[in-house]
Amino acid sequence: MSSSTLTERPTRSTLFDGLSRYIPIGATVALLVAMYLGGVASYRNFDNPQLVADLFIGNAGLLIVAVGMTFVILSGGIDLSVGSVMAFSTMACAWLTVEAGLPASVVVPSVLAFGLLSGAFTGAIIHYFNVQPFIATLAGLFLYRGLTLQISDHDMSIREIDFFSWGMERVEFGDPRDGGFSLPYISFVAFAIVIVAFIVLHYTRFGRSVYAVGGSEQSALLMGLPVARTKVGVYAISGFCAALGGVVAAFYTKSANPLAGVGLELDAIAAVVVGGTLLTGGAGFVLGTVAGVMVMGMLSTIIAFQGSLSSWWARIVVGVLLLAFILLQRVLARSGEKRKG
Amino acid sequence: MSPAATRPGTGRASAYGRRLMWPLIVLAALLIVNIAVTGFDFIVPDVHDGRLGGAFVNILRRSAPLLIIALGMTLVIATKGIDLSVGAVYAIGAAVACQYLLTRDQTSVGTVATAVALALAIAALIGAWNGAMVAYFGVQPIVATLIFMIAGRGIAQLITGGQIPNVADGSPFVEIGRGAIATVPVPIIIGVAVFAALALLTRTTALGMLLESVGGNPEASRLAGIRSKGITVLTYLIAAACAGLAGIMGAANLGSADANNGGLWIELDAILAVVIGGTALLGGRFFLLGTAIGVVIIETLEVTIINVGLSSQWQFTAKAIVVFIVAMLQSPEFRAWVLRPFRSRRTDPAPTEPDSEKAPAT
Repeated sequence: MSSSTLTERPTRSTLFDGLSRYIPIGATVALLVAMYLGGVASYRNFDNPQLVADLFIGNAGLLIVAVGMTFVILSGGIDLSVGSVMAFSTMACAWLTVEAGLPASVVVPSVLAFGLLSGAFTGAIIHYFNVQPFIATLAGLFLYRGLTLQISDHDMSIREIDFFSWGMERVEFGDPRDGGFSLPYISFVAFAIVIVAFIVLHYTRFGRSVYAVGGSEQSALLMGLPVARTKVGVYAISGFCAALGGVVAAFYTKSANPLAGVGLELDAIAAVVVGGTLLTGGAGFVLGTVAGVMVMGMLSTIIAFQGSLSSWWARIVVGVLLLAFILLQRVLARSGEKRKG
Repeated sequence: MSPAATRPGTGRASAYGRRLMWPLIVLAALLIVNIAVTGFDFIVPDVHDGRLGGAFVNILRRSAPLLIIALGMTLVIATKGIDLSVGAVYAIGAAVACQYLLTRDQTSVGTVATAVALALAIAALIGAWNGAMVAYFGVQPIVATLIFMIAGRGIAQLITGGQIPNVADGSPFVEIGRGAIATVPVPIIIGVAVFAALALLTRTTALGMLLESVGGNPEASRLAGIRSKGITVLTYLIAAACAGLAGIMGAANLGSADANNGGLWIELDAILAVVIGGTALLGGRFFLLGTAIGVVIIETLEVTIINVGLSSQWQFTAKAIVVFIVAMLQSPEFRAWVLRPFRSRRTDPAPTEPDSEKAPAT
């Protein structure tokens, strides 16, 4: 992202020039390390490797959803529907396998395809009819929550379906008794999504277009980039990731709760912002999002270890972290302006 | 999304009329459906125990907190902003008032007034903070208010210590939510009062015009000598104070403050009401009356779903359909696309070029 674009861009273009673009992600990683070391110093058994591995088990769904959200936010949009889509796809998995008796090998791909298509539909509405992303995905938030509740307004167990025991089968790394740890398959699904997202964002034309559209849609259009395909694409990716997050949640909980994932879109957005991605779009890294999800997971772990702290402190601390990172981004933007002037 | 009012030769009154036509038609349709299903009792108020009752009056009474929040939201949206924190501020307002009353003399009017004032002051403080983040730090409104949207409920739980504080039924505080003055329920009176105050404030003083100016182009407004930063802070302050007031009313109605579920998703309903009322999210124009109609539409919709025999799970789906229809109706691209077959002989092309081949079917 150099400042030599054709039209005069807002000062943001110089913001993350050179090394300063790595400051937010560096701050996130530093925070993560500090939290971990603080935890190790304060609590017994905090240095157990399984503790770090657990971050990728309970948060596998959130991580996948946050990766999809990163694409949308990088392109300058927002997707409020992910929590509802996730709950809907979990519920759809449960209903189609338990009630309709379909084999899971058919159900899971069709749920994922549905997520992709519904995301593409939202993206098309946003782009072609110029509807605000906030409003279009708000409709999705209500729609999929409503559909989920209409399928079932109570928990539905999928314990009997053999397929769903696959996801929590563990791969062991070393002996748990002397410094080994184990990870279930769902964590590897999350890793795979992160790696694919990283490659797509940094080494493909589509990825560069996402950054360009997020930087300035007008400039991207004038440069001849496929703005329509990019914008529809990012929402399709977000829809797919939300559906996959729902499938992973089905593996993890082995049941479908119609009220699962309420407010998950906020956690995902918070993870993306704490990971150093600008909510205005155009700057950020998917690996930052991974760090953001880990910070939030680490926070819950520390609060659980502390014991005397109540769960609401997590929300307050996440709010404070958000504030700190937003202000950090503003300070960087200001210093960028000064350097330019 | 160019507002219709920018066409030459149309005054504010006719622009108002055009904007209000669709919401009014929707509201009338909903009322007709309800009357057809449940009879004329639906709309006719009756006096019961010295206060107005009846289905429609109850809808108005229940919509008062949402109305107050949505009015504040209208002003914020007029400045091209958005306030996601109102639901959390609602919870904080309710928590502060109830927690203050918990250990004090709940029957004393003075104590109740102090509790209400304290809750409003804290809510206003949060609003000023939001506004300062937007105006002075240049943070995007959606991000600035996201902080309190996420942290706010945690703060509310911190205030109540994770408990749900109760207020005894005999307290004057409860009257704010349940009482009646001259047979009119208090929430309706408060709602109308806030509406009148904001309408007078924005339409008889220059403030309304300044708001629209700041929303239209903050930089141009500043160059024209408008203190746009102060006005931005003021609007967020008003919005948060409105949210705090709504939280007090909600808590008074229940006699308790639930930090987790009080006012949950009310920010989305409020934004929805504003959009239904014809205020575009792009700022620059606002319609307080439209917002009020939007609020009544949302609340009537919920009752209609029950009345026509659908399960309450349909609520979300129905809201989704409403959001979708409203978004489509307000999109000039969509209207151009729909009307294109009828305009094919005319020579003037639509101002924007929608890609009709790739547009999805509705």
